[in-house]
This record gives sequence, structure tokens and C-alpha cells, in this order.
Amino acid sequence: MIRTVSNPRTLFEKVWNQHIVKPQTDSTPAVLYIDLHLVHEVTSPQAFTELRTRGLKVRRPDQTLGTMDHSTPTTPRNEFGIIPVLDAQANKQLDQFTQNCKDFGIPMYSLGTENQGIVHVIGPEQGLTQPGMTIVCGDSHTSTHGAFGALAFGIGTSEVAHVLATQTLLQYRPKTMAVRVDGTLAPGVTAKDIILGIIAKIGVGGGTGYVFEYMGSAIRSLSMEGRMTICNMSIEGGARAGMVAPDDTTFEYVAGRPYAPQGADWDRSVAAWRQLPSDEGATFDNEVTLNADELVPMITYGTNPGMGMPITARVPDPMATGDYNERMALDKALTYMGLQPNQSLLGKKIDVVFIGSCTNSRIGDLRLAAKMLDGRKVADGVRVMVVPGSQQVKRQAEEEGLDKVFKQAGAEWREAGCSMCIAMNGDQLAPGQYAVSTSNRNFEGRQGKGGRTFLASPLTAAASAINGYVTDPREMYMPEMA
Amino acid sequence: MEKINTFSGRLMPLPINDIDTDQIIPARFLKTTDKTDLGKQAFFDWRYDADGNPKADFVLNQPEYQGATILVAGHNFGCGSSREHAPWALMGAGLRAVISTDFADIFRNNALKNGLIPVIVDEETKQQLISLAQEDLSVEITINLADQTVQLPDGRKVTFPIDSFSKYCLLNGVDQLGFLLSLESEVVDYESNNQQRIATTAL
Repeated sequence: MIRTVSNPRTLFEKVWNQHIVKPQTDSTPAVLYIDLHLVHEVTSPQAFTELRTRGLKVRRPDQTLGTMDHSTPTTPRNEFGIIPVLDAQANKQLDQFTQNCKDFGIPMYSLGTENQGIVHVIGPEQGLTQPGMTIVCGDSHTSTHGAFGALAFGIGTSEVAHVLATQTLLQYRPKTMAVRVDGTLAPGVTAKDIILGIIAKIGVGGGTGYVFEYMGSAIRSLSMEGRMTICNMSIEGGARAGMVAPDDTTFEYVAGRPYAPQGADWDRSVAAWRQLPSDEGATFDNEVTLNADELVPMITYGTNPGMGMPITARVPDPMATGDYNERMALDKALTYMGLQPNQSLLGKKIDVVFIGSCTNSRIGDLRLAAKMLDGRKVADGVRVMVVPGSQQVKRQAEEEGLDKVFKQAGAEWREAGCSMCIAMNGDQLAPGQYAVSTSNRNFEGRQGKGGRTFLASPLTAAASAINGYVTDPREMYMPEMA
Repeated sequence: MEKINTFSGRLMPLPINDIDTDQIIPARFLKTTDKTDLGKQAFFDWRYDADGNPKADFVLNQPEYQGATILVAGHNFGCGSSREHAPWALMGAGLRAVISTDFADIFRNNALKNGLIPVIVDEETKQQLISLAQEDLSVEITINLADQTVQLPDGRKVTFPIDSFSKYCLLNGVDQLGFLLSLESEVVDYESNNQQRIATTAL
């Protein structure tokens, strides 16, 4: 339904305006109210210490939720049902987090408990992430929640302290960029390939200063999980936040979840959420488009998420680059990655496949990987780790028998956590090892010092696991490739 | 919070673009519960080889750059993860400012909150500073926050942008958390006029 309004506003503007505690002026940023603050063990210790030093309380523990995810092991639980934390420093950090949440009254999903998981997986699955909210966390992939039409972004530890103590944040209003993706994805091509395609186009600094709004028929066709994959990597394109306007797909996902509104409250909420999409005629500060019809599976070859290409393409040649700095950067990246200019990546032997992370560890991602691996075995000499995004995802996957598919294929079925995406917990690459990873960053050493990461979709990762080398998923038969 | 206005320092050149926060402070050092040791761990994997020996060609290891307090780096400095450990590590390593043509948003915010000044200059000025840093190790530049200028050795001043609120807080040692706490009545107003969306303690 197209409504003509006299003052057309974007989705971003509507959510921004609804959360202003004190307006932005020439000399001060806006003060924004935060509906949901997610916290985890790594970026919160110094913030809680700040509150303790100043004798402050957490203003809204009832709008705060903690989880353990970054430094937690994903080793299958032992016979006592315990996941042992072997790293002394991680243990201390987790203990301190437990004490902080207890002392400040913050609900927290502890390691091994039934709702624990990656912070950006648990928010949506619990129904805490809802359209029109402001959501922050000391983690740059907080942009994930924008898939619901929330304004969600990462903050630093000082700002974590600000939000804990006041439930507000100082923010200068960012600019807006329309990211239009129209067309239909071909079989074997996924949401992950869309966002890798976008970042390859605009570069890792292309979105700096902007909030993205993803729109177009290809975006509308995506499930919530696909939308989350895309919004998750907004930060890799330089944007702090990325949003998708809520629609029936969104409402169906949220309905009935533990923290979702119910009854008359639900009806009121949906009616309010239907007002959120950008009005006809609303303008953006900038725009970029991608044609989904032309998209093929993507893969990164370099050491930032913008160094990506179609899986069928060849690694670029530094000598073909005009700009000196770009040439040096590409040369450095190829040296680190052990790749040659103009080489194909197809057939490149790999050591590890990681299926997981807040980008691609939800049930839809695991189903795709399982479809590809069903009845097949992973190649000898390849370590394949499948890490569900949360205990809830893990249980659901086990109900559907996906764990059996993974194990029978020779892959490891792990507990939930960030795992090898950030390699803080012992799940990591050895120096020189190659991994195809469904995570979001391929920086030098990201997955382990000296480790070499190829970012890709769950289908590409699973296909590559079967062959033991980088594989175009479209070359592997699957009953339905969607 | 300490007040910052004018300071001079020697330059440390790192002419690499898109330096991400995983390079500035690798994730395995984020298991700390405070801020100590981060200075020693800054750029760890660029600084030390597999055996833990300092790499001679990395600028932080070079004796001629010891005591330099102003880093000059390529564009999009500080991209990637939101870890505030990045500015903490840089300051722990003795740096007071980073000069580049542009900075990633979250890093820039984090740096300003800690008094590490992100100085934006144009490409030409940045190239000049890199060359200066590489050719004349005794050279000092002066950063004047109040005037928003960088003074080069030849006396020329280049202006840099900074948002007025950050500038005010740094010049006056204003604590931003204190500022937010003083807005309690506005927050109460907001809460009474807006329905609470979720309650995490409800279940």
C-alpha cells in the first residue's frame, strides 16, 4: 500500500526520531534512548569496573541481556554435561562476567545453559529483537539486528558503560545509503553471496558514515536469516548499521517467540511496525545497486572482506592496478595468502572448513550445509567444524537429524559460540593453513596467527569440504539448490 | 579526565591502508579484564615473528622511532571490530594521535573517548608527513586542538576537522558519562512517554 505523506521519511529517520531523548545541536550530538543492550564477556569487564568505581547501578537491567560467546570453548560437553574452559585468562574473564551480571541484576545465559549462544543469534531467536527498536552491543556485528528494521550498531567499551549507567548513547546522526538488490538469486547463490558482492563493489570503507537500508525484490524474497546474514556484514562495508524494512516475513518470524508481544499488545505492535517502512518519495544521501540475477557464488581471496570476487573469477593482478597504494595493498595480501595474480581459486587445496559465526550459524544455514553434505563424506585431511549459533539452534538441528548428517560426513558437531570466527577459544588455524569459512572477516591472523581465510557461503563451504579444495557449489548436485 | 590542548611529537610512519583493529590488537589479547599490557601487545603479529623475536623492519621496533607519539597511517584506519582495546593499545604504546585521510567510525569514536586524537588531513599532506617521518627522524610537529591545526616543521599550519562536542570534552576534561548522568530527568520523561518494548527480566 503506497501512502503519500507530506514529509516522507526513511525507515532510519523514523526509528531515529522515535528515540531522541535530547536532540542534536550544533555543539552536541543527539542523546538516543536504547531499547535493548546486549552484553558479552569480552567488551564489558572494563565498563562494569567503571560503574563500580563510580558507585553506579545499571539503570535498566530489564533492558539488558548477557551471554557468553567469544572466548567460550565449543568442545562437545563431557560426561558430566560440562564444557570445560581450559584457558585460565578466559576463565577469569567469564567468572568476572558472571559476577558482574549477578551483582548488577542482568539476566545472563551462561555457558552450557539452554539459551546460551552467540549474542546476535540469541536476541532474534528469543524475540527480543523487534522492529523499530534501538539495539546496541559492544560488538560491531550488532548490525545483524537491523534485519528486523531495528537501528542496531556496535559500540566501544566506554559506550557500554554509558548505556549500562544511563540507557542512553551520544550519537551524531549518520547519513543514509539505499542499497538496492533486485532480481532473483540463481540456484546455489545465497544471501551471503549478496553481501560479499556488495562489499566487493563498494570496498571496506565505502559505507563509512552511513546507515544502509537494503531494499529491492531480492531482499524482500529473503528469509529473516538471509536478511540477518546481509545486515551482519554491513560493518565490513564500513557502515555501522544496516536495516531492512519489516514486513510479513518479519512479523511471522517474531510471532510467538518468548519475548514477543502477545494478544492485543501484539496487534498494536504490528500496526505500529507497519508504519515503519520508508515512505514513498523519501530520499537517501547515497545509493548503490547490485543485480541479483547476475550474482554467482562469491569468495574472498585477500585480507579484507572487500577483496572478494565471483568464485569462477581469477585473483587480480597488482600490476594491473593503477593506484600505487592499492597495488601495494593487493601485493601484501596475495603474499600473505600465498596466492598468485591471475590464478583461479577453484581447486585450491584447503585444510579447514568452518561453518558457523553470527553471519551463518542459524538453522537455515545448517540446513543448507547438511543438504550439501548428506550422504557424502568430507575429504581426507580436511578438518570440518560445524558450530551452531546457539544451544537452541543446536537442539533444533539435532531434532532434524542434521547433526547425524554432519557426523556421518566426518565433520565435527560442536557446542555454540563464536568459535573460529575470532579464534579466541582454541578453535583456530595453524600458521599457513587455508580455511573456507562462513564467517565475516578474513583479516590477517583473524582465525589464528598466520591463518588464511576464504570467506564464503555455507553451500560453498560444504562443497569445498567434500572435495578438500575450493569448489563452486553449483557443480555439486543437490536435490533442491535454493 | 585529563585535559588535552596542544602537544608536539615525533612522527611514526605506517603507510598501509585499511589497517584493521585485529592488526592493532589481535583478539587473543582481548581476554584481559583491564587495560594493562595492551601497549606491549599493540600490532603484536606485525611486530614479532613466529618465535617471538622483534621484526627489524617494523616501525615500532626501530630504535629511531622510539619515543615518537604521532602515528601517520593509510586511509580507513581502525576498520573492522569495535574493540576499544585498539586505542587503549595505541596509547599504551605511547601514541597520542593518529594522522590519516580517514578513519573508521567506531574506531574514531573510541579514540576520541580516550583522548587519542584522530587527525584527518588530505592525501597530499599525509604523503608529506610520511616522507618527513621517513627522512628526518628528529622532526616534530605540533597538534593544536583548540585551533584544530597541525603545524608542520616549515611553519605551515593545516586545519583538521573534529566535532565540537568531542573537542569541548577533550579541552575541558569533561567526562561524557557525567554529562549523560546529568540528563536523568530527560530520560525519565522519555520513558514515561514511550512504552517499554521488552523486559529481559520478565521470563
